[in-house]
Amino acid sequence: MSLLSTLARLEAVRAQRAQPLATVRHRHLSERPMVLVPLAAAGESGAPLAVLLGTDREAPRLHFVPQPLNRTQRWEFLAAVAREVVPYLESFGDEVELLEGSERDPVSGEKVPVVRELCADAPQLVVPNAGGVSHLALLGRSTRFRRTVEDPDPGEYPSPTEVPLLGRWLTHLTDRAQVPGSSLLLAMTGLLSRHWATGQSNLEDQHLAARLAWHLPPAGLEPPAVGAAAAEWVESARDGDGLLLHPPAGPATDPKFDERVLAPAILRHDAAVAVRERAEAARDGAEVRRAAGLVEQAHAELARVLLAATLPTWHDVWRGLDLLRALPAAGHLPDRWEGDRWSFTMHRDRVAAGEPPQPRRDDAVTAARKLAQREREQARLEIQEALDDPLAMAERRLAGEAFAGEVVDVVPEWSAGRSPKPRPLLVVRTDDRPHADPGREAHRAHAEPAQRAEVVSAAPGEVVVRLLSGMGRRKDPEPGSVPEPGTAVVFTLFELAPRQSAPLPEPADTPWTHGGPPVAVEDAPAGGDEWE
Amino acid sequence: MTDPEGAFPDPGTGTGPGTGPAPAPGEAADRAVAGILDAVVRPAPGAPRGVVVDSPPGAGKSTLVVRAARELVDAGERLMIVAQTNSQVDDLVDRLASKAPGMSIGRLHASDSRPAPEALRHANVTAKDKVADLLEQDVVISTAAKWQWVKTEQPWRQAIVDEAYQMRSDALLAVARLFERALFVGDPGQLDPFTVVGTDQWAGLSYDPSSSAVVTLLAHNPEIRPHRLPVSWRLPASAAPLVSDAFYPYTPFRAGTGPDDRTLRPGLRGDGSAVDAAIDEAAAGGWALLELPARHTVRTDAQAVAAVAATVRRLLERELTAHSEQGSAPLTPGRVAVGTAHRDQAAAVRAELARLGVPVDPAAGEAVTVDTANRLQGREYDVTVVLHPLSGRPDATAFHLETGRLCVLASRHRHACIVVARAGIPELLDDHPATDPVQLGVAVKFPDGWEANHAVLSHLAEHRVRL
Repeated sequence: MSLLSTLARLEAVRAQRAQPLATVRHRHLSERPMVLVPLAAAGESGAPLAVLLGTDREAPRLHFVPQPLNRTQRWEFLAAVAREVVPYLESFGDEVELLEGSERDPVSGEKVPVVRELCADAPQLVVPNAGGVSHLALLGRSTRFRRTVEDPDPGEYPSPTEVPLLGRWLTHLTDRAQVPGSSLLLAMTGLLSRHWATGQSNLEDQHLAARLAWHLPPAGLEPPAVGAAAAEWVESARDGDGLLLHPPAGPATDPKFDERVLAPAILRHDAAVAVRERAEAARDGAEVRRAAGLVEQAHAELARVLLAATLPTWHDVWRGLDLLRALPAAGHLPDRWEGDRWSFTMHRDRVAAGEPPQPRRDDAVTAARKLAQREREQARLEIQEALDDPLAMAERRLAGEAFAGEVVDVVPEWSAGRSPKPRPLLVVRTDDRPHADPGREAHRAHAEPAQRAEVVSAAPGEVVVRLLSGMGRRKDPEPGSVPEPGTAVVFTLFELAPRQSAPLPEPADTPWTHGGPPVAVEDAPAGGDEWE
Repeated sequence: MTDPEGAFPDPGTGTGPGTGPAPAPGEAADRAVAGILDAVVRPAPGAPRGVVVDSPPGAGKSTLVVRAARELVDAGERLMIVAQTNSQVDDLVDRLASKAPGMSIGRLHASDSRPAPEALRHANVTAKDKVADLLEQDVVISTAAKWQWVKTEQPWRQAIVDEAYQMRSDALLAVARLFERALFVGDPGQLDPFTVVGTDQWAGLSYDPSSSAVVTLLAHNPEIRPHRLPVSWRLPASAAPLVSDAFYPYTPFRAGTGPDDRTLRPGLRGDGSAVDAAIDEAAAGGWALLELPARHTVRTDAQAVAAVAATVRRLLERELTAHSEQGSAPLTPGRVAVGTAHRDQAAAVRAELARLGVPVDPAAGEAVTVDTANRLQGREYDVTVVLHPLSGRPDATAFHLETGRLCVLASRHRHACIVVARAGIPELLDDHPATDPVQLGVAVKFPDGWEANHAVLSHLAEHRVRL
């Protein structure tokens, strides 16, 4: 935790209100996000119980598994979810930009012009917390290999056709969510933590409602209040029956809710189904009609309790989006969102080309490539956040990695040699204390084109740098490229562009140190079922 | 040299006085080295393509690398050497060029950086930023990061990978195409490679890209049996047993020198202060714990930093002389290092030392080294002053508990190590048992940081001086 965020936490404790950690919004927010509040059944890891989802704040749609242990019902649930989520995702695939580029022809080795499609916008899923992301990842893993009736060998239990497609999308989105700064799939608690500090611990901040209680009074608290007491109330207040007044954001449910509300409702539903089955076996028409009514009643009761368990969190997610939308967007968001659009477009193309689902495990080369991408994106994110946001830059300045100040003197100097180039000295007055050893490279923030400098000397209150580039090609610097005395400047001691990642071999060329080329393993062995 | 028949790994068949229960340290080390060189230079038909050497601190790893390079070149091989940082590469170039003046050495460097002058002062060293200009050299040395970019039609037959335990698996994946056989040398007890992004999804895979190169190599080539260097020439008799027990419990090593071979004598008497008492304690017993009262502090604890700086200043003022098997030498600033866990702590110590007039800028002449554990890896000093990673902390995170961090800090010295810490660390450890999730397929690392920290602290408690 940086000094500045520790300070913000302390201030949040004193003010009993969340304190800003950012002056701008550092993640892209879609105009048409899909919010999902997933719940998991207790006992079986990754067994879905329900999900409340939708793109319209006023019209959430609930899907649930009446008997979470029943696989057939589980597939019906996943198919229903797929029929909502996949069309939403695919709706962004139609409008494209055409980009002209060039590609090396694999046969002739010559560069040939190609036109590539880039989707103009991309979908965005928002879940309440990191647990929601992991739950979607589990669902993706367990469904993307499912065989359907369309398979040549559908197996004994073919799943509805939409299910494996949903699995591939969920796998792609949850994998992309691991890339720092990406915004295709976002967890609301993570978004809020990036932008505000509360006066509670990081662990407590994982509870969406408790986190929000540092911003807004929780619904139902009388008299309305924010801060630690409100957070504690929303986390732990129970009604006369011992049930939490504000259900947890999931995917895990409150055990008391499971015991007192959910289990009896599931039992009643099971019993009604059993009555109907017996009546059907006895071909008793009147009894079948009566039992069907009972099933419908039990189903409606389950829907009622599960809606009550997810609706408060649904509203919390939207309230979080309101808070975030009130912040101005950071300058580099379109740049990073373009990366997300590429990610979406490329997966769209893989699905359209009929490629097989993502393998169960990454091979050595793919894993190394993903790690390199994440490290590159982490570096890019840190740089862009610092450039976009004076508060983020302040953290770097406090850490001695940058300094801000005013140019108090400019000494024009030139490089030696036949065609001298401008190498002016800037004397910068600053209260920062950067780790600026003489000779260290520095970079001028917000300079266009990029401007490199070298630290000449550093004393308390004053740093002298020599500008090395970004002043044009002539003997005299381009007008405006050298800051005048009185100009406010920021120099960073870190580079302002992430380093390229080194090339890696093709998977087929995996060396002996890493086990050689991966052996092609059938990812969906006949009859195999990821659930087992 | 040594008889290859009696070589490692079967110590029982050696000849001479070493056949007794405990051969002399020099003999045991020679035998191990001979066995390694045999496996590298004259591999048996069908032998594995890799040779791995585990080396505890100061066990002659660099000497081994130089000897292996010379023997391979003498046998007519072109050799590539991979090290992890530019300073490691420059050190190695300097060492290799002085020991083997007849060998042509290519120093491959990045286009935006220049190698250190020590590496370039030799006539047999050529520095270039393109590998094509170095293909004629007997040996080409560069960092793993630079090697990853090298494209060549002519791969090397032989490579030496130095500090291989610091190298990440994905870096090895990118460079392994450049050689057929390789000698991997490193210290398994030092800091593991790390990354700042999430890698949980690959935990347990044999080729987890964020794990150490050696771990991946051994997982995929189980027929490789690591060799060991059994003797630390750096650590004094007072330190080797503790470091061996605390950090290498299953691969013990011993000191190459006896308790009387190394002494540290102050020229001036102490002034009665706690700092001087700690220096006397360290001079006499090899260790001292200068303990400040318990308190939770910010990372750059001003009092602890002042205590570290005062200790360094008194070390230099009291005209200490270090006597060892290499002769006697006064303790000068270049022979003293300060180790910390964080860079801001190092910066604070440097600023405080500069205020006290102690030289800390290497550009201005001989200076005290002040750096983090990561950067002190592979370095050697006569006396070290360590700011304990857990001093003043309210919690013990995985970073601060990492075994390698403490191991590096406690194993840089030839004579004595003075640890500066706030009281209460054992209680802090007891309050923070490790809670990292256990990942399937990931070997549990022994000893864990918790255990190693306790082992070191209980030893230091015998050398405690309260400030």
